[in-house]
Amino acid sequence: MTAESVSASPVRFEAVTKRYPGAHSDAVENLSFEVPAGEICVLVGPSGCGKTTALRMVNRTVEMTSGDILIGGRSVREGDPARLRREIGYVIQQIGLFPHRTISQNIGTVPALLGWDKEEISARSAELLDLIGLDPEYGDRYPAQLSGGQQQRVGVARALSVDPPVMLMDEPFGAIDPINRSRLQNEFLRLQAELRKTVLFVTHDVDEAIKMGDRVAVLKKGGRLAQFATPTELLMEPADDFVEDFVGADRALKRLALMRVRDVDLWTAPLAQAGDQAEPVRTAVAAAEVPYALLVDGENRPLGWLSDRDLSGEKVPATPDSTADPMIDADSVLRDGLATLLQSGSLYAPVIDARGRLTGVLSVEIVSDFLASDEASESELSAAERPHD
Amino acid sequence: MIEAASNGMMRVGAIDQSFFTDRSSGNCIQDNKLFCPGWVADNYDRYVDPTLQHLVLVGSAVAAGFLIAFALAILAHRHRFLQTPFLAGTGILYTIPSISFFFLLLPITGRGSLTAIIALTAFNLQIIFRNITTGLRNVPPDVTEAARGIGLTPSQILRQVELPLAMPEIIAGLRIATVSTVALATLAVFANGGGLGTEIVTGSNITFKTGIIVAGSIAVIMAIVFDGILLLTGKLLAPWKRKQAIS
Amino acid sequence: MVLPALALPVPALPAGFLSLFGDAFNFVFSGQEAETGGVTVGGTSQVVELATKQIEVTLLALAVAILLAMPVGLWLGHRQQGEFLAVSAGNAGRAIPELALIALMAAAIGVGLVNLVVALAILGIPPILTNTYVGISQVDRASVEAARGMGMTEIGIVRKVELPLAVPTIMGGVRTAAINIIATATIAPLAGILTLGDFIIARNVYGDAGVLAGAVLVALMALALEGTLAAVQWAMTSKGLKLNRS
Repeated sequence: MTAESVSASPVRFEAVTKRYPGAHSDAVENLSFEVPAGEICVLVGPSGCGKTTALRMVNRTVEMTSGDILIGGRSVREGDPARLRREIGYVIQQIGLFPHRTISQNIGTVPALLGWDKEEISARSAELLDLIGLDPEYGDRYPAQLSGGQQQRVGVARALSVDPPVMLMDEPFGAIDPINRSRLQNEFLRLQAELRKTVLFVTHDVDEAIKMGDRVAVLKKGGRLAQFATPTELLMEPADDFVEDFVGADRALKRLALMRVRDVDLWTAPLAQAGDQAEPVRTAVAAAEVPYALLVDGENRPLGWLSDRDLSGEKVPATPDSTADPMIDADSVLRDGLATLLQSGSLYAPVIDARGRLTGVLSVEIVSDFLASDEASESELSAAERPHD
Repeated sequence: MIEAASNGMMRVGAIDQSFFTDRSSGNCIQDNKLFCPGWVADNYDRYVDPTLQHLVLVGSAVAAGFLIAFALAILAHRHRFLQTPFLAGTGILYTIPSISFFFLLLPITGRGSLTAIIALTAFNLQIIFRNITTGLRNVPPDVTEAARGIGLTPSQILRQVELPLAMPEIIAGLRIATVSTVALATLAVFANGGGLGTEIVTGSNITFKTGIIVAGSIAVIMAIVFDGILLLTGKLLAPWKRKQAIS
Repeated sequence: MVLPALALPVPALPAGFLSLFGDAFNFVFSGQEAETGGVTVGGTSQVVELATKQIEVTLLALAVAILLAMPVGLWLGHRQQGEFLAVSAGNAGRAIPELALIALMAAAIGVGLVNLVVALAILGIPPILTNTYVGISQVDRASVEAARGMGMTEIGIVRKVELPLAVPTIMGGVRTAAINIIATATIAPLAGILTLGDFIIARNVYGDAGVLAGAVLVALMALALEGTLAAVQWAMTSKGLKLNRS
């Protein structure tokens, strides 16, 4: 496929302004920023902030009044808008699948416009159906026969049909229920980890922006750029009161979604195996960060917490008073770890790896220290690499 | 007529006799009973030409109506301000009774089937125009928006997206226009346009009930057949509608 | 006056194109001698007489059709039942050849005003029935539920909620019926009732001038009726609906 040589291009807004005819003020005012190739940039802001207008000026479904947008150094203003649009993936909230065409035909629309032959088109459709996790048999169905979530996946597949260097997504998951939305977001991030497209993504939901964005452009009314930053910077250092308000009073907590449990400094607890002498364990507990010892097996898998009573004997017992639950997966995000702690009412929880082996202990204090520190800004993961729930 | 009837009596024997209730009575025609099957069996061939003429009248009028209405609808779709004047103009043509239209054309096209076809075309323009524009207007905006966004030109959007999606409405309009035109074309006889009306009003036909019933029935059957054909065409052209109904 | 070079390649109008209209004009206002000789035909008094008759039978038949079809449509539409019946009636109605209907009624039952009105009403019933049904059943069920929830009776719901909201659709059916009826009333002379159509049908008596005059008068009358009904519809439609439409 010819387009594959260009996998992604940077997108650059240069003093882009849009004023609709008859309007008294700009819908988008002097907007400048650059999205590096292969990153997701989320445009977020309250309704009427011009984020959709800004997005649509990229494929010229809205024409800008002044300024320029460059894709891979080339101005979008050059040439025929229809041709430009064929090279830019476009996903909208209402999906807009063609009800009279099968799923394969929908996916093959732009390839057909570009004059691909039949075999190429059907091979590409099959490939994309596989990529979005739909059985090949769906290719012959009509959109009305698919669920909303499936239709939205097909919408993404259609946008990817000619492997465009840039994708525009206008609230693509806005009409999907919360559970499926989260699943589609994760799926898209997995796809993006593989495809590395330059994506411009519009949403009004700041949580979605933080989750999906490598960079976030916060717009305020009149299409003015309030802040252009990574999600972490946005949460740590909102540029002004507007951004701080928009991000929300719980912005500190939102940072917890940016970090995996394994990436923070965990505490250590004294360890003991059944039949060990109790005395050294008692000594270790007195000096440790975690004032309780963990009973583990030969593979270092937590079996339970040892209470003072458990350790009052000569040897460490095989069955302690309390279990090790709840245990936290080292791959989960800090926010979920904290939630687990708070739900169970415990101050500490063992953190285990995929095989169930202990990697440390998470405490409420670690989380609060993390929130107070600048550590959140130290590790920067791209949206596609970041944990997604 | 009486001769025809007696001829008929001789031939009736060849056909299943139980079909005829009055085969024993030679007076059906003289008595001008409501329906004289014997006469029909003998005289069906006199309906062949009027039926063919009727088909030509209807076919030409609907085809011409469709072409003109289609062109008007596409124009009005591109330039919205034309919608109202086109609707009003075709509305006037629709409102003027066909029989009056025939004779308004008299000084221009005289009498004949052309006059009848023009008047019938004028009648069905609005029905077809209205349905095409409604069909185009009912295409979901998100679909055209997506089509534009992925790089279809306006004429590609029209041909590949809007017209196919408007197809059910367009066919519905053609069905209404065709069925109405079949019925109306019986009036073409007043313009010397031929058709089944000839068998209703010409000469003494006007009082001959059997003749009226046969001519009327052929028109009704013709309307039903056309309607069925268009209905099937519509189903073939809109396969997505069927599958939708199944799921 | 016009240069020959500018003459457009349009087929020449039959000779006497304008004079025929002139004759028709004279026919309406002064009358002329019948082609069959002897008596004078046309003239304002006969025109008025025939026009009055055409309006009379049209309005009578329309009233009968409304009285018969509308209650049924209201009832079915309110109960959301009988869609097949109501919609097929409309489809079947279009297939009735008007000419055969009038001729058969006249031949089989006899000529006369009552028979004619019955035949015309038959043509008017289908569109009124279908449109009334569709108009009522398409009224937003939320509005109906809200009305029921406020304690309106079923009749109250039909009168105060469904009917006002369905006015445009119902009137659309009435207008279609009216056009069908007035057009068919033109051939009423075949059923022994002399309307303006007599000028058209009895060409042997009235001549081409009479035919053309009849055609113009019938067309004007139909347009006037349609215009009047459009105005009635406008007056009956609630302001809220008009706002919605624009």
